[in-house]
Amino acid sequence: MTKNILKGNLQLDLGGFKLNSGEFALPLEGVTVLFGRSGSGKSTLLRAIAGLDKRTHGQLSMDGEVWQAGSKRLATEQRHIGFVFQDAALFPHMTVRQNLMYGINRLPKNHPKADFDKIVRRVGIEDKLDRDVTFLSGGEKQRVAIARALLMSPKLLCMDEPLSALDWRSKAELLGLIEELVEEFKLPVLYITHAPVEVERLANQIVFMQEGQIETIETLQQSLKRPDSPLFDEQGAVSVLIGQPGLVEDGLREIKLGDDRLYLSQTHDIHTHTVRVRVLARDVSLALSDPADLSITNHLQVTIDELIPQGEHRVLARLKLQNGQHLFAELTQHSTQRLKLQQGLVVYALIKSVALAE
Amino acid sequence: MNLNTLLAGLVLAFAATTSVKAATVTAAVAANFTKTIEEIGQAFTEDTGHTIRFSFGPSGKLFAQIRNGAPFDLFFSANEAAPKAAIEHGLAMEDSYFVYSQGVLVLYSPTLPVANNAMAILEQGDFRFLSMANPRTAPYGTEAERFLQNVGLHQTLRRKLVNGESIAHAFQYVVTQNAQLGFVAKSQVVDPASPAYNNGEYWELPAELYNPINQGAVITKRGEKNEAAIAFMDYMKSPRAIEIIQRYGYKLPE
Amino acid sequence: MIELFGAAVDLQPIWLTLEIATYTTIILLVLGTPLAWWMSQMKSSSKVLLEAIVALPLVLPPTVLGFYLLIAMNPTGPITEFLRFFGFEGQLTFSKTGLVIGSVFYSLPFAVQPLMHAFEAIPHRLLDAAATLRASFLDRFRTIILPLSRRGFLTAATLSFAHTVGEFGVVLMVGGNIPGETRMVSIDIFDHVEAMEYTQAHILSAIMLVFSLFVLMLVYGLNRRFGVKVG
Repeated sequence: MTKNILKGNLQLDLGGFKLNSGEFALPLEGVTVLFGRSGSGKSTLLRAIAGLDKRTHGQLSMDGEVWQAGSKRLATEQRHIGFVFQDAALFPHMTVRQNLMYGINRLPKNHPKADFDKIVRRVGIEDKLDRDVTFLSGGEKQRVAIARALLMSPKLLCMDEPLSALDWRSKAELLGLIEELVEEFKLPVLYITHAPVEVERLANQIVFMQEGQIETIETLQQSLKRPDSPLFDEQGAVSVLIGQPGLVEDGLREIKLGDDRLYLSQTHDIHTHTVRVRVLARDVSLALSDPADLSITNHLQVTIDELIPQGEHRVLARLKLQNGQHLFAELTQHSTQRLKLQQGLVVYALIKSVALAE
Repeated sequence: MNLNTLLAGLVLAFAATTSVKAATVTAAVAANFTKTIEEIGQAFTEDTGHTIRFSFGPSGKLFAQIRNGAPFDLFFSANEAAPKAAIEHGLAMEDSYFVYSQGVLVLYSPTLPVANNAMAILEQGDFRFLSMANPRTAPYGTEAERFLQNVGLHQTLRRKLVNGESIAHAFQYVVTQNAQLGFVAKSQVVDPASPAYNNGEYWELPAELYNPINQGAVITKRGEKNEAAIAFMDYMKSPRAIEIIQRYGYKLPE
Repeated sequence: MIELFGAAVDLQPIWLTLEIATYTTIILLVLGTPLAWWMSQMKSSSKVLLEAIVALPLVLPPTVLGFYLLIAMNPTGPITEFLRFFGFEGQLTFSKTGLVIGSVFYSLPFAVQPLMHAFEAIPHRLLDAAATLRASFLDRFRTIILPLSRRGFLTAATLSFAHTVGEFGVVLMVGGNIPGETRMVSIDIFDHVEAMEYTQAHILSAIMLVFSLFVLMLVYGLNRRFGVKVG
């Protein structure tokens, strides 16, 4: 799937707002998140990429196929994309099944057909096929919208804040579902959100946008390495550790990080091969030796990579795990001096609370 | 000012307006006679000091209004039927009926040389539409139809006839050139303000080939005791009024 | 010609009126749909101007509109010239064709306004969604826009039809009152009143009222049923 490259430079003048993306080349693998404040142009860029706005100008090609050349535009219906809208955008005069069949009936004869039953089951709407869509809950509607897009066997799946209109429980369920589907269907996804937790859970790479322009394009790891990452909100610095799920014992789920192990309270079943663990820097303490007489379960041997002074007598320590992943710890200046911490020192990171990113 | 003086004032003011009203007269007039009667009305006011107001409309509609209590003292119809019906229904004074004018039919065309060749043009029928007023509802239409029957052309021209709802409407068809020629009233082509004035030609139909288009007038029951109404009816027979009526293209009964 | 309540009544004007109203309604829906769609997608400033122009027939008295149509449809008028370009021969005024054209102008706002409002009420995202599901514009129009604006179409059709049935001024001006060709029922009723034939006028009016009541009830009944489904 690495061959998919979305290349271009798009402009779109909406009167009050101008999109001017600048040159970009996105290797489409896994999930690419478009991230930025509201009004930064994420949605406008995604609509321009999908061909949904006639006023778009510029260049765009997908996999060598030209989608936009100047003001000439390949129509959306010929772009082999799937699109999931913020509010599902189901057709209110049709049943769930009719909504799902709408796209299938319009696929060209030689186009690969998706497995209808499998997708419907996977998305969890097999018992709702003959319902009127107006009577579905928000979460159910979004599931139908996702299934409808997947059934197109798209080359690219666009999702415009698919979770933002949902309550927290549906959000959590659907985030898990999207994560699983992305892995299962090996689909490149362009995903808009302004919620850092969704980025940390899903993103492979991130397109940061500001005032209608693409600012930078980074991998998730790159952007989380920066102490001033735009992904950090009022909770402070965050690390995301990628591991493999292990066994469940005494209600604790083992997560393998190379030779290291983390244990977390079981929240729900895991259906993916890798998991992401989200750790807040302020939940990580350091010790010079491995303490045995402590209630905290998770101790990891790490090397201090860098000590970054912050305001208000605080220091952010970037630590390197034995398998090369990094972890932030937030300390006071006072502790740093007392423990004589410095770059290259091997210490123990004590993690108070660990959660699956969600 | 206390309440009693206020009421007394109102009563006086009311009495004053009703006494003035006695010297005013309202006449319902067929629309085709609008300009003529307005000029007569001015002369009437100059000569007698009475004021007269006019309400214009199609004769049938005016009759229906009078029948339903419209405040008209006089009724100048474009036909004989409506004022006679008003008398029959007890809405007008029987002895007040008189023919105040007679319409004159002309054949008018902005494009065809009808002044000298009218009969030849009608016989050849080399035109698409000939306009006239509706024979069922307008006397000008009835008489135009009678003329065509008298000269033996009604059958041949039947498919080319278009009916205007009134003589004014029949005239519009010709002026806008939707019909090439039409039977219209002489009053419509001799008025200097008319779009047909000095534009194209007209031919006056021989009076012996159609019946007189009598336009009758009556005093309504309401106008019976209105001295201004009676005065205006007399004034219509004065030389000054007759001069105006003839100038506008109407005849008077012999 | 039939005998009703002791008066001879000619029913042909009624059939003619229904025929002309039917043609007018069909043409208005065919022409009004793209116009209304175009207007529903316009930016505010130019849209205001176009909306005002479409509403003008409401402002002009029908006989005034009829007088201008008389000029525009005379043998050298712009509408006649326009249709000549497409191979039309003959004269528009005093013909059924002319009456239908006049009625189309006269009833235009009654078709365009409900359609435009129906189109405006359709969320644009649904059309975007249909485009990502490979529906071309005409396909989207047929499968999304039409079914979701059914009530607008019903209203537009009803109002256009009813307004044409009831029109008087325009058909009086451009028709020429030719029996079987341009004598519509409203003119016929007017003539009966003018000729003081009140019985015939009452009978024709009663037939038209009962018929219209029946049609309107039928349409509004259908409207309710559609209403439940579309929500």
